[in-house]
Amino acid sequence: MTEKLVVIGNGMAPGRVLDRLFEAMPGAYDVTIFNAEPRTNYDRILLSPVLSGEKSYEEIVIHGDGWYERHGVRLLKGNRVVALDRQAKSVKGEDGTVEPYDKLIIATGSQPIIIPVPGHNLPGVLTYRDMDDVEAMLLAAQSGGLAVVIGGGLLGLEAAAGLKERGMDVTVLHLMPTLMERQLDPAAGHLLKRELESRGIRVITGANTEAILGDGYVSGVRLDDGTEIPAKLVVMAVGIRPNASLAKSAGLDVGRGILVDKHMRTSDPDIYAVGECVEFAGNVYGLVAPLYEMANVLADDLAGTPNGGFADQALATKLKVTGIDLFSAGDFADADDRDEIVLRDARTGLYKRLVIEENRVVGAVLYGDTADGAWFFQLIRDRADISEMRDTLIFGPAYADGAALDPMAAVAALPDSAEICGCNGVCKGEIGTAIDEQGLSSLGDVRAHTKASASCGSCTGLVEQLLSLTLGDDYNPAAVQPMCGCTDLGHADVRRLIVAKGLKSIPELMQALEWKSSEGCAKCRPALNYYLLSTWPGEYVDDNQSRFINERVHANIQKDGTYSVVPRMWGGLTNSRELRAIADVVDKFDIPTVKCTGGQRIDMLGVKKEDLPSVWADLNAAGLVSGHAYGKALRTVKTCVGTDWCRFGTQDSTGLGVRIEKFMWGSWTPAKVKMAVSGCPRNCAEATCKDVGVICVDSGFEIHFAGAAGLDIKGTEVLCHVDTEDEALEVIAALVQLYREQGHYLERIYKWHARVGIDSIRAAVVDDIATREALFQRFVYAQQFSQTDPWAERVGGRDAHEFQAMKDLSFPQAAE
Amino acid sequence: MQDVGLLDDIPVAGARTVKAGAFDIAVFRTTGGKVFALVDRCPHRAGPLSQGIVHGEQVTCPLHNWVIDLASGEVVGPDAGCSQTIPVRVEDGRVHLDLTVLIDEAA
Repeated sequence: MTEKLVVIGNGMAPGRVLDRLFEAMPGAYDVTIFNAEPRTNYDRILLSPVLSGEKSYEEIVIHGDGWYERHGVRLLKGNRVVALDRQAKSVKGEDGTVEPYDKLIIATGSQPIIIPVPGHNLPGVLTYRDMDDVEAMLLAAQSGGLAVVIGGGLLGLEAAAGLKERGMDVTVLHLMPTLMERQLDPAAGHLLKRELESRGIRVITGANTEAILGDGYVSGVRLDDGTEIPAKLVVMAVGIRPNASLAKSAGLDVGRGILVDKHMRTSDPDIYAVGECVEFAGNVYGLVAPLYEMANVLADDLAGTPNGGFADQALATKLKVTGIDLFSAGDFADADDRDEIVLRDARTGLYKRLVIEENRVVGAVLYGDTADGAWFFQLIRDRADISEMRDTLIFGPAYADGAALDPMAAVAALPDSAEICGCNGVCKGEIGTAIDEQGLSSLGDVRAHTKASASCGSCTGLVEQLLSLTLGDDYNPAAVQPMCGCTDLGHADVRRLIVAKGLKSIPELMQALEWKSSEGCAKCRPALNYYLLSTWPGEYVDDNQSRFINERVHANIQKDGTYSVVPRMWGGLTNSRELRAIADVVDKFDIPTVKCTGGQRIDMLGVKKEDLPSVWADLNAAGLVSGHAYGKALRTVKTCVGTDWCRFGTQDSTGLGVRIEKFMWGSWTPAKVKMAVSGCPRNCAEATCKDVGVICVDSGFEIHFAGAAGLDIKGTEVLCHVDTEDEALEVIAALVQLYREQGHYLERIYKWHARVGIDSIRAAVVDDIATREALFQRFVYAQQFSQTDPWAERVGGRDAHEFQAMKDLSFPQAAE
Repeated sequence: MQDVGLLDDIPVAGARTVKAGAFDIAVFRTTGGKVFALVDRCPHRAGPLSQGIVHGEQVTCPLHNWVIDLASGEVVGPDAGCSQTIPVRVEDGRVHLDLTVLIDEAA
């Protein structure tokens, strides 16, 4: 029985818990989320780039609505939990919804600290915490004017830089003598102040706010020395405190935050807490890396496979203000038993400081050049003995072992265990393995498969260097491969824009997407025709002139300009009538070669183009139709004889093959699709190297996909097991439809699978019944426009010009 | 000049063939309304250019994707070669070819 899991809060930490839980145990819990914000889960770390205009909100969404739907999660947006009843084991939302739980996760996050000075609740005083705050700041910034940011920590400075970027005149007030004193030593704090001032941001340190001024609306800030600074917008970013009030009122043990053990369990065995709302071993957390670590620990506990538990670790921070490189990690307070190594070039604004304790690095501050940050951070976490390389330590890994200075050397020198992505805890070895084993070739691929650099993005450079290091010249950093010379857009962009802009013809698309050639080329035109056809079935008019000759004349062109003809033999079955018709056609039209294909069909080769309609007419008369052996389409479904004849057969594999082929023929796909059905695991139909294969077993049907036996050899992946033929057909049609919607033109299923990952495919086609059903219905809808035998149409006279010469002049004659 | 048929018999951004003894001639009609004729043989492996995809004033051979300029018959891009061009005139919606170049060649 599935247990009910209720989650209070929908931030990054619970999002990660669910990601990991669904990966480990899909369907184990019936999940309901209460979210006080009216949104899905987004990346809070990236609010600053949204504020500064470098990213849009859509770009920072982690889980879109589809994700919740796919995983069957009920997300109650804009519904704050007002009560937790531990006796009844239920929570109550502010709209009155009462939701019982078996397990509960409290992830209420944190609240911005409001300094309780007079005027703190005036309109125009904002905090910097969520998307609502960013929207309010953007609204205020529209008309420009004066802004004051109270707080010179990470968030405050990012807010200040963002508002400045948006055209406001910004002053930062900071209580302490130097900026970001929790992460930076005074010297680096000073360099940072100078940099911000050079950008036109005013910084006042040692500034103690006494009151916020204004009559009905904020008009300025007064410091305790009497200084008054006018402002129409005041942002308070002085820190956060865990939001533990709900837990406290429910009687859970609470200190500064909700107290948890190392498995994130609260004092109630059925209640977990995770994220910024918790207190662990006296610490509270606000950076994403430890929060994601907590999330992993919690998910493993929920999945019944508890790991070693959460441990407090050294943390690293980067300031996300474009053009300012700043990194700090560990602890750098002065102490008697500590030494420091400092490299300083005030003119160029370079500053590096390492804090050493007993021959180990315990803290690092880098300003101006942060490339070695990952390496120093690793030394801190490993508690590595640095006495051997102390002389050159400050110059980074390129010098540490005497190697020549090379931009790639720093990354190459890192051990496999070195952490590259702090946000998601991904180390160098994992990324290298993923690149090798999954054939990743772009930053986007690495983000999709490992999550490295998918959160704050500050390790993007490192990941790119790793790609370059692993792939050598095969890595093309201009990540998007353009479709062809006619555009800079990649296939994925074009597919997305066709839907987003509602583009419905090739000329309209070329106009809207600023094609560089007037009519495209032989590469992009067939791709565009397919994309439009598969996106707008029944609406888009197929452009014959954009199709390759084989699809225009429904036969395969051969090296001498003749054609080959392959009739469909459903599931590989034929009979005497069909064979006789084939024999007659071969004699009548003097067809030179007849051959069996690898897909259990008969191929007639060397047919003259002008004979094609007559050949088809004779074949049609015997009931034979086009086998689409020439198309980016369903080619063949190969079968074995199954329970009809075979003493080992477990199911009617021939019957299922015929059924699949009759259901799916005629459908256009990004590249050819070959299928097979084997009646038992002996697999005589060779289903495990096909685009889609079925292996029948006593208990039902194993659905395989993403095999290859051409340019590449690859065994299939198992998609799922189903009990009935009906289900098998639905899964296969949904799978092919997903491929039709996502595949890049000429990209076979196994390459599509490698690009998007099996998880996303399984999520849509197997896990989420509603999504599968919708895909299936879209396939069925499209089929009504494609299941007409193209041979019969042409026997009937369609496209006659394709098959006849315009004029036959027996002898060339001199001009008259 | 030899009358070979109606302009409208040729699909826009497409081609038709004309049989002329030992030769097949490909007659192309572009989206811009121009008509070109070439001997229907790609200089690479003799592929039938009339079966290729026509884009702008170029055609891509169906066999190995060589691109041929319709006006000059020259291969475009890194490859080199040339297909014989045939002079064309369109009058009153009818297409005329000057096939004397073929006789010269055949001789």
